[in-house]
Amino acid sequence: MNIHQETVVLNGHIIDSLLLAKVLDLILMMGGDFDLEDVQIGKTREASSRARITVRAPSQTLLDDILKAIQPHGASVEREADCRLEAAPADGIFPENFYATTHLPTQIRLNGRWIDVEHIEMDVGIVVDRRRETAQAVPMGEVRQGELVVTGREGVRVIPLARPRERDVFGFMESHVSAERPHGHVIADIASRMRRLREQHRQEGAACRVLLAGGPAIIHAGGRDALAWLIEEEFIHVLFCGNALAAHDMEADLYGTSLGYGLTAGRTIPHGHEHHLRTINRIRAIGSIERAVASGIVKNGIMAACIRKHVPVVMAGTIRDDGPLPGVITDSIQAQRAMRAAISGVKLALLVASTLHAVATGNLLPATIPTVCVDINPSVPTKLADRGSFQAVGLVMDAASFLNELARRLGRPA
Amino acid sequence: MTRLLVCPPDFFGIEYEINPWMRLNNQVDHERAILQWNNLMAVFERDIGVTLERMTPVPGLPDLVFTANAGIVVGRQAVVSRFRYPERQREEAYFENWFRDHGYEILTLEPGLFFEGAGDLLGFPDCWFGGYRQRSDVRAFPILSEWFHREILPLELVDRRFYHLDTCFCPLSGGDLLYFPPAFDHYGQTAIAERIPPTKRLVVPEHDALRFACNAVCVGNHVVLPAGCPTTEQMLREHGYQPHAVWLDEFMKSGGSAKCLTLRLEE
Repeated sequence: MNIHQETVVLNGHIIDSLLLAKVLDLILMMGGDFDLEDVQIGKTREASSRARITVRAPSQTLLDDILKAIQPHGASVEREADCRLEAAPADGIFPENFYATTHLPTQIRLNGRWIDVEHIEMDVGIVVDRRRETAQAVPMGEVRQGELVVTGREGVRVIPLARPRERDVFGFMESHVSAERPHGHVIADIASRMRRLREQHRQEGAACRVLLAGGPAIIHAGGRDALAWLIEEEFIHVLFCGNALAAHDMEADLYGTSLGYGLTAGRTIPHGHEHHLRTINRIRAIGSIERAVASGIVKNGIMAACIRKHVPVVMAGTIRDDGPLPGVITDSIQAQRAMRAAISGVKLALLVASTLHAVATGNLLPATIPTVCVDINPSVPTKLADRGSFQAVGLVMDAASFLNELARRLGRPA
Repeated sequence: MTRLLVCPPDFFGIEYEINPWMRLNNQVDHERAILQWNNLMAVFERDIGVTLERMTPVPGLPDLVFTANAGIVVGRQAVVSRFRYPERQREEAYFENWFRDHGYEILTLEPGLFFEGAGDLLGFPDCWFGGYRQRSDVRAFPILSEWFHREILPLELVDRRFYHLDTCFCPLSGGDLLYFPPAFDHYGQTAIAERIPPTKRLVVPEHDALRFACNAVCVGNHVVLPAGCPTTEQMLREHGYQPHAVWLDEFMKSGGSAKCLTLRLEE
């Protein structure tokens, strides 16, 4: 995290004397940036005013220089304290007053120094290793008795997102959800990011990946070929889904149907509703999806592409699943753990046609990761934003249209 | 009746260099200094009718003559200065004793919070101005503002030769301001211009400013200022003031003039 910041306080008759203006000008002139956290204007002429200013700079040296330059004008660093730590009373239980995280970059103050919280995600706690002077975001269920957990708000600071260098749809880092908005430019921006990320992925491997979390509507609506193509062409490097997406993808390969509907004929096939059950049963008999693809039983589609391209797939089960397929993780906490492990290195997340997987993935993603939520139902991107993933760009459109258009822009032949 | 605190220059001299005016090789003509000081006192007492309170001079404290830096007096309360330079910090106890012996309630700023008294805090009845950066710490003003319920607008002093506010800024009794704008940056100049209308701003030319024309004492319509500042004298007359020019060049060797040699006590 290349953000160096400090909060200063300026007191007195700072408005009419232009002292506040002078301090803010100095910060900008020296190449820093600021946020006016809080300005209290004196109610009478005699009453003094007070401003809290967060000063940011691209390097610690520049930050120190700026603080030194504004100090003679009365801007003094706010008295800061180390974060408070309490031992977890038992496995899986945080201390009573634990600090609950956001998914924004976060730092804690330990022994007078600000250190970054690793693996930040929303709605978890912060566990500190005093000896190594490290801190990391840890889910409630993962904490072990005696581990030191940050409590209260003192000595914790959350860093607002810096505007990214790219001037594309992600530049605003806020969700606009509207069915009336034209989609073309948004998809064009996503495509150009994905082209760039593919190059980066080819050089850096797992350190740079694109994640897709999707629901079975991708198959039903006709987005299967486009998604398989995106995986084959190495535009997507991690897949999160449930039992259904995988089952209907392989059903399409084995029977040409999706939930019994003929994908090409466009009508119900007699006894078609059994197809996905027979598919699941078949794969269970083979033992794994990998083996089904390796043995040539499953030839094409999303799962086949993932196996061939070594794209890790995390399948999280739900209460209504049939089967499930081998590899589906039915313990939700285990599934979260697997998703969390697979999220490292993700630089772009596409959440397509799945409320549950979109929200679950959104919960795990730091706010710094550009995210797109595509759903025919506007309430899904809205729900995602309401649950805190404010950085997600919402696209109200059909999953297949989205994937087809995205693949077309990335060079898939018509 | 205006009362001023003064200190005879018995032990005045250049013993160190803590401002650009002081040169150890430019020593004070002691007899001349005493004559000039006595002459200044005569103008105050005889010509203007001011009451003078004389402090006892102390050997080894050459700058005790500059009583403007003793502190500030508001009613029966006095804030004793906290000098930036150790050379002058030894004066603090003498000033404090004088205030205490004369019945003032003493207010003290925390140690290390530099504040050089009426040298850096001047004003009109409703609004005060505080000079900072060279001697006083800007953080002293919000505290003083709270103690005395006054607005204090801080002004950065940007020219080392004008190291105290009273060397370049002098509020006059009629609401006029005698000042030398280049001693302030554009923020300070703008802040002053916002408060004092153009017709009330008497801009001192550099020639006079370097003779410390702004280091003047205004009592009623009398303005006592160092001699050798004819443009300023003329300007004062045009604005209805009666200038009294006094030769004080021996004190200029130390970077002080008429105003620095006095501290206004309560009316």
